Amino acid sequence: MPTATEAGLSDTQRQVVELAREFARERIEPFAAEWDRTSHFPRDVIDEMGKLGFFGMTTPEEYDGMGLDTVTYLLALEEVAAADAAIAVSMGIHNAIPTTMLVKHGTTEQRERWLKPMARGELLAGFALSEAEAGSDAASLAAQATKEKQGWVLNGAKAWATNAGTADLMMIMARTDQTGARRGAKGISTFIVPTDSPGYTACKPEDKMGLRASNTAAIELSDCRLPADALLGDGGMGFVYAMEGLDAGRLGIGAQGVGIARRALEHCIRYTAERRQFEKPLHDFQAVQFKLADMATRIEAARALAHRAAVRKDAGENVGMHASMAKLFASETAMWVTTQAIQLFGGYGYMRDFPVEKLFRDAKVTEIYEGTSEIQRLVIARALR
Amino acid sequence: MKIIVILKQVPDSETKIKVKGDGSGIETDGIKYVISPYDEYAVEEALKLKEKAGGDSTVTVVSAGPDRTVESIRTALAMGADAAVHVNDPALEGADSLGVARALAKAIQDNGFDIIFAGKQGIDQDNSQVPSAVAELLDIPQVNIIAKFEITEDKSKATVSRRIEGGEETIETSLPALFGCEKGLNEPRYASLPGIMKAKKKPVKTVDLAGLGLDAGEVGAAGSHVKILKWIPLPERQAGKILQGMETAEASKELVRLLREEAKVI
Ligand SMILES: Cc1cc2nc3c(=O)[nH]c(=O)nc-3n(C[C@H](O)[C@H](O)[C@H](O)COP(=O)(O)OP(=O)(O)OC[C@H]3O[C@@H](n4cnc5c(N)ncnc54)[C@H](O)[C@@H]3O)c2cc1C
Repeated sequence: MPTATEAGLSDTQRQVVELAREFARERIEPFAAEWDRTSHFPRDVIDEMGKLGFFGMTTPEEYDGMGLDTVTYLLALEEVAAADAAIAVSMGIHNAIPTTMLVKHGTTEQRERWLKPMARGELLAGFALSEAEAGSDAASLAAQATKEKQGWVLNGAKAWATNAGTADLMMIMARTDQTGARRGAKGISTFIVPTDSPGYTACKPEDKMGLRASNTAAIELSDCRLPADALLGDGGMGFVYAMEGLDAGRLGIGAQGVGIARRALEHCIRYTAERRQFEKPLHDFQAVQFKLADMATRIEAARALAHRAAVRKDAGENVGMHASMAKLFASETAMWVTTQAIQLFGGYGYMRDFPVEKLFRDAKVTEIYEGTSEIQRLVIARALR
Repeated sequence: MKIIVILKQVPDSETKIKVKGDGSGIETDGIKYVISPYDEYAVEEALKLKEKAGGDSTVTVVSAGPDRTVESIRTALAMGADAAVHVNDPALEGADSLGVARALAKAIQDNGFDIIFAGKQGIDQDNSQVPSAVAELLDIPQVNIIAKFEITEDKSKATVSRRIEGGEETIETSLPALFGCEKGLNEPRYASLPGIMKAKKKPVKTVDLAGLGLDAGEVGAAGSHVKILKWIPLPERQAGKILQGMETAEASKELVRLLREEAKVI
């Protein structure tokens, strides 16, 4: 079975990955189909993962995190994604985007108040950049933050924010420049917004194709009043912080894609050994064998690309291009592999009773969120100039 | 309180076991080893007792096995045990249950103990002998297959129950005593990430038989009273038979005949 393994892991790292695998196998995978059917977000399971340390994996130990390297984090995330991509997305966003923002730019008080409980798994955090009119062109966002004597007032609407209705706090991107004097990306700031703030409303959860157990919703901000220390880092630097967070986030989507694809392959290996047509198991046909071989090869390559970028990131390199490559390749691998998986299962693959159909639906979003495949290609192409 | 857990590392129940061609043992390549599941209940019960007893209570894991056993010991430490004694001696390879029990009992005695938890059996060979033998060697009472555990305030006695045919048996025993743990006793916790980090720094003492003052010729394979002559793989499942081209009545008759005469099940 092609489970995730990495040569050269220390005993500690291997134990962490095994814990993730065991937890995912016992506490997530058996229930994933049911959560998918009922669109149930299992906050209790998320909290349990948080208590075990999975929501502070790369957070430095001084902020109550585990201080682990990014490869170990990606391996653990892959295990969770293989069990249920809808759970992996909460883990991936929380660990990558809000955490990175606070580690890099939080004040001592902000880290005490938000980062530490986040790392201990007591607070779940999300990230809201996209708006209905500002997706790929996120810098054109319109939500407005206005400085008042007491602090800030936020107005506007965010679209499709993961955990908008289920997180304890959201990192919200809003403009701090003057209306009419739009300076694009330079006019955006980052705000730490508790989801119980007056004026913050999470709308009805979206009815999605996949990741159905994950909460995705618009946010309405109407005179949402925040204290002065809700501003993260420097005003006007929000877009830069968002891009830093997305570098880490995209590595996570890479691991998520690998996890989805790997589980699809594992199902196919088993199924093609059992299913007989023309008096032979399917895997005796060379056309089937070649398909499995290609699936396995692409998965290995996708994992290697993400891990390579992770090593660069931990060495302090700028990984914008590499994170985009990892995300692009892994998400397209997930989509391709799950498409082949349905084909190999035939009619059964198209049925809700079999697991590959869900993997296929879950795979698709990895080509869309945290930057579409086209946007990843743009980032890579720009870096080549 | 000095709380001891006896722990055995076994092949994961999901591992496919292959018998060596010459029948001398099993293929160990590619086997994933884990804590024997019943021993996980023992670890959990020990940790719960430690939390309840408080003070300077400690949980010490005692395990006999080769180098790889350390991985399972570390998992128990990551769950929250404080220290471990690893009895590691090549002479124990092929020792019988009594030999292993002698080694464990000596290690436990050297460490000191107030109470001992073990799994009701190891899921590899299912002998269920070691815990009872350890209790006998330490000259303490033992109750095996416990599904409930309670201790008195002064920690002098424990009340446990065992599931028996059609009911439950409640037993009170003085302490120190040894308890073999059964499924349902508790829900073993996961080793947390902080637990894994902390486990790195916890002491694991490795001792061999000489270090325990035991004679390898007596305790080890050489002194074993049990010899495993041969390992035989389970027979491959035979292909089924399909009755075709017959009328239903005729086919039923044939089916009954086959079940009676060939399969000998009716
Ligand atoms: C399940 C889910 C969860 C999400 N979670 C979050 C979240 O937590 N936080 C958040 O902020 N957002 C979130 N999003 C939003 C997501 O990031 C956006 O959907 C994504 O960035 C794409 O934006 P868009 O949907 O507006 O598409 P558009 O930008 O309208 O793109 C439509 C199509 O046009 C293509 N396109 C656009 N510009 C170009 C170009 N210059 N060159 C070539 N092609 C181009 C795109 O690639 C795409 O194929 C989530 C979305 C989903 C579906």
